[in-house]
Amino acid sequence: MNLHEYQAREILKRSGVPMPDAAVAATPDEARTTAARLGGKVVVKAQVHAGGRGKAGGVKLADGADAAKAAASAILGMTIKGLTVHTVLVAPAADIASESYVGIVVDRASQRPVLMVSAAGGIDIEEVAAKTPEKIHRLAIDPRYGLLAHQALGLAFKLYRDLAQARAAADIMQKLATTVYAVGASLAEINPLITTPAGAVLALDAKIVIDDNELDRHPEIAALRDPSAEVPSEVQAREAGLTFIKLDGNVGCCVNGAGLAMATMDLVKYYGGEPANFLDIGGSSNPQKVMSALRIITADPNVKAILFNIFGGITRGDDVANGIVEATRQVPLKVPMVIRLTGTNEKEAVQILTKAGYSALTDMDEAVQQAVALARGKRGAA
Amino acid sequence: MSIFIGQDTRLLVQGVTGRDGSFHTKQMIAYGTRVVAGVTPGKGGQLFEGIVPVFDTVADAVAETKANVAVIYVPAAVAASAIFEAAEGGIPLIVCITEGIPVLDMTRVIPFLKERGARLIGPNCPGLISPGRSKVGIIPGNICAPGKVGVVSRSGTLTYEIIHQLTTQGLGQSTCVGIGGDPIIGTTFIHCLAAFEADADTEAVVMIGEIGGTDEQQAAEYVKQMSKPVVGFIAGQTAPAGRRMGHAGAIISGASGTAQDKMDALARAGIGVMRRPADVVPLLKERL
Repeated sequence: MNLHEYQAREILKRSGVPMPDAAVAATPDEARTTAARLGGKVVVKAQVHAGGRGKAGGVKLADGADAAKAAASAILGMTIKGLTVHTVLVAPAADIASESYVGIVVDRASQRPVLMVSAAGGIDIEEVAAKTPEKIHRLAIDPRYGLLAHQALGLAFKLYRDLAQARAAADIMQKLATTVYAVGASLAEINPLITTPAGAVLALDAKIVIDDNELDRHPEIAALRDPSAEVPSEVQAREAGLTFIKLDGNVGCCVNGAGLAMATMDLVKYYGGEPANFLDIGGSSNPQKVMSALRIITADPNVKAILFNIFGGITRGDDVANGIVEATRQVPLKVPMVIRLTGTNEKEAVQILTKAGYSALTDMDEAVQQAVALARGKRGAA
Repeated sequence: MSIFIGQDTRLLVQGVTGRDGSFHTKQMIAYGTRVVAGVTPGKGGQLFEGIVPVFDTVADAVAETKANVAVIYVPAAVAASAIFEAAEGGIPLIVCITEGIPVLDMTRVIPFLKERGARLIGPNCPGLISPGRSKVGIIPGNICAPGKVGVVSRSGTLTYEIIHQLTTQGLGQSTCVGIGGDPIIGTTFIHCLAAFEADADTEAVVMIGEIGGTDEQQAAEYVKQMSKPVVGFIAGQTAPAGRRMGHAGAIISGASGTAQDKMDALARAGIGVMRRPADVVPLLKERL
């Protein structure tokens, strides 16, 4: 789960990470009030789960309260990568002497959280990493001991030569590492970590991603979820217990298992089609889930054909077939559907589906080819 | 022969009385796996299905039954705890089926296992099966057949799809291992490839990977030194690229997690790269 910048800032601030005062605003007037309180130049930033906010016009400098109000009214309601901006963060425009990067991500290779720091912080950090990887310093944190003081200080000296600044940065790194475990984050980063002309070390922007599997044990974090900031169909899918990612093609896919779902999408592409989505229906044959899946898929006007691909392992094929029949009785379809169903009780399954008037197959390639042809409008293919 | 499990497997089931645990324990017993003990705290002293003794703790179960493999079906919130308990109980091979374990829990589990020399398969995996001999986990026995092909996969139902292709076209399997789809897993491709290379009954290996991480690339490097032919599949060629986690995810993995990068690495290592699941049998037959 992505947190908004203002939520990530709150969490880090509570952990003792120093950062400039700022506040979130949902209306231009709120932004004006905050800017007046902060005084001087402010920056108004769209709170939206998308990278490249600045380049999309979602971050504006404003000199004074009225300018902040104008900036907020320009940003609020704008759309960035398909997501509407509902709130902005109003923060003082800090005077920056230097920008660094500090981030922690759970790393598959070392099987530990890895702390990464770079003196070349700012919006181009990914380019820095790609072109000059030697400018990124890394350390795998031993979960038994956490980030040790000398380890943090060692990395902090890669950022600052001044001892007081290095100590301040090391302290921030340790607090960031503690926060990762405290909130169940899979990623926590401060970019940029700045020094002011007066020499203070401050976190200017924060990003935290929470591991969805941690949400049950952190209800206070789960409560931070902002469904208005997510794609509506994906919210609907999550509430129905499905994993769904919308894509741009026209073959709607409904598959059991993530690996098979990806392989099915790949096969759609292989036969010249484009998948409309990723949808993992899980191990269940529950008609309720099948119905939710069909509702979500057919709500996309681009979908011209629906492809089911079910491998009945533990799940029985005839149960799934009955689920599909029941679901389509309640949610009548306006586009053709191809069902591929194999494994346990596949014969019974195909019989049930054929009787209900559906094209049911046991071969995956054949089913995908049919679905691709139908999506192109070749009804005769089935 | 087979890898990791076989005739001498004495299986302990953690979460044996739960909904999933009881269903799959019955399936494993029916398949011929020697299930010697179950563990469910508070249910010690009971008999599961009238034959398998249930214990309160892994330590009690091991002392009484000399179990040497554990399989875990407990809920995600307590699954890491179950792995710790199995390792502390001296079980050398732990198979964790549970899906949804917080990844930070796994960062603590891994060093604990290393200190005790225990191997973990999974989590979030379908387990493993040596067709006709033994099954630990949830891979449906009816789609498998005994034979000479080793299968190792990060996926669940996609693995079944490939096994199904093999079985229906006359290629049986020595062992099929699902290593799990989570970011942090106990056993990687390389461990399984090495075991298949050493297994006298395995003549060729199918590896099924996915986007994310670099395990497949490292496995491809390892394959260069193997004597047995390997064919591979990578799922996720059409997966959306924009789904990534902040800058740190991109910094740490760069472009190496993409399907294309992995397929290229496999091809460079001489692995037969499947473009679709149906390619598995033709590619294997070219190499056997």
